[in-house]
Amino acid sequence: MPEANPAAPVVIVGAAMGGLRAAESLRRSGYTGAIRVVGEELHAPYNRPPLSKEVLATDVTHEAVAFPSRAEMGDVEWMLGVRATAVDLDAHTLTTDDGNVQEWRALVIATGLRARRLDFAPIAGRHVVRSLDDAMALRAELTPGARVVVVGSGFLGCELSATARKLGCAVTIVTPSAEPMMRPLGDLVAKEMRRRLTDEGVEIFSGVTVAAINGETSVESVELSDGRVIEADVVIESVGSHCNIEWLEGTNLDVSDGVLADNAMRAVTTDGIALDDVYVVGDIARFPNPMFDDVARRIEHWNIPTDTGKRAGAVLAAHLADDGSFADVVAKPFAPMPSFWSNQFEIKLQAYGLLGLVSDDDIRVLEGDLTEQAAVGYYRDDRLVGVLGIGMKAALLPYRKQIAEGGA
Amino acid sequence: MNQCQHYGQCVFEAPDNFKLNDDDKLEYVAEAPDSERDNIEAAVDVCPMQAIRIVE
Ligand SMILES: Cc1cc2nc3c(=O)[nH]c(=O)nc-3n(C[C@H](O)[C@H](O)[C@H](O)COP(=O)(O)OP(=O)(O)OC[C@H]3O[C@@H](n4cnc5c(N)ncnc54)[C@H](O)[C@@H]3O)c2cc1C
Ligand code: SF4
Repeated sequence: MPEANPAAPVVIVGAAMGGLRAAESLRRSGYTGAIRVVGEELHAPYNRPPLSKEVLATDVTHEAVAFPSRAEMGDVEWMLGVRATAVDLDAHTLTTDDGNVQEWRALVIATGLRARRLDFAPIAGRHVVRSLDDAMALRAELTPGARVVVVGSGFLGCELSATARKLGCAVTIVTPSAEPMMRPLGDLVAKEMRRRLTDEGVEIFSGVTVAAINGETSVESVELSDGRVIEADVVIESVGSHCNIEWLEGTNLDVSDGVLADNAMRAVTTDGIALDDVYVVGDIARFPNPMFDDVARRIEHWNIPTDTGKRAGAVLAAHLADDGSFADVVAKPFAPMPSFWSNQFEIKLQAYGLLGLVSDDDIRVLEGDLTEQAAVGYYRDDRLVGVLGIGMKAALLPYRKQIAEGGA
Repeated sequence: MNQCQHYGQCVFEAPDNFKLNDDDKLEYVAEAPDSERDNIEAAVDVCPMQAIRIVE
């Protein structure tokens, strides 16, 4: 394999939280060479969670969600509004949709996810929420009295339902699952969440899918798989996401689910070889976390872009420094605690660990009362692997510690 | 907008500076020594509400 040009920059693809944290970490870890961040969105990195919560309920602006920029980032070059279309790992080049081919010394993959769409005609009133632009477009249509159908009942769908309801819309959730947030939270908690959402005036149609979205130029109604028809002005599709891996086609990286990385966040090829000059961070990274086991997983939680970005930046800086520290940095333990929160009406959920690892029989209320405030434990093989707080915060901290220490 | 919602993430990064009390309220040291700088920057990164600002 030809050597990379040492004068070429480190190129980070994806200018969102993961890419930003990787760049910051490179600088803090002592790398002083050139860094270029290539991103498809025109906005500088911003915080996505408020786009379904506080910010969507008020004024959606970049200013309200932008990450603060740090002094050490002053000489980082931002190429925004540019999409990566191909990469050559042997030639160390990246091709972008403006026709440019640029060299890189090392590459950081931080292209995250995009929202999956339902397969219907593109008429006005259909929305997804992943980006700031998405949220701005949706906000304009969430007027009091608007009839909103939310398709999907994951955290995002439920948060968007709650926010739309708060804004005075009539909200119906349509979901194939039996209960809202069933997959991440389990049956017990999901049933309680249904009760709370319903009490707030959200209608929930479960066990059904969307058969058609009717309307000539804009949404008029949604037809369900059981034949029911719901009149609607706005449809919000919250039906999962796709990994942005198309630009990596033709490489030998393992992109079977996101991009495979080792515990040092180095990209791993289909032959199982970890590359010292290609890294993966954020939602798109599938990596092993020794806090739980040696299975590589993608974790779509907010803390992961920061934790993996910091890790990748430190390892890559050591590789580029070539001062003998690399093996030690790689060997440092890296076991980030997944953490998640969700606000829906006055309901404040907070979780640590991996709740989704657990089957329904292994979920128990640890403290409190589900209908008020509670801490709920998620066990795998009698070990605590996750804890969920409903309205409880400080009380979760001892459980968090227990999960970090192996759950015994 | 960027108001603390008492998630306590900052507590793990800078325990000398931030503390969640038993009523789920956040207590913090407003004027931190320079030696705490790195920890507080880490706390800024992990705050879900992006509610922590460093003022020189
Ligand atoms: C509305 C919303 C609410 C959320 N709420 C919560 C929450 O309450 N709690 C929680 O824990 N998590 C939440 N999340 C998840 C959290 O925001 C994500 O985990 C996080 O944003 C992932 O960051 P990332 O940098 O890995 O990827 P992304 O944020 O997906 O960023 C990837 C970037 O790469 C760019 N890109 C993609 N392809 C290319 C290409 N080919 N070339 C150049 N650039 C490209 C994209 O435009 C994008 O800017 C929420 C997410 C959303 C969308
Ligand atoms: S991390 Fe942010 S929201 Fe959480 S307690 Fe600290 S300041 Fe408050």
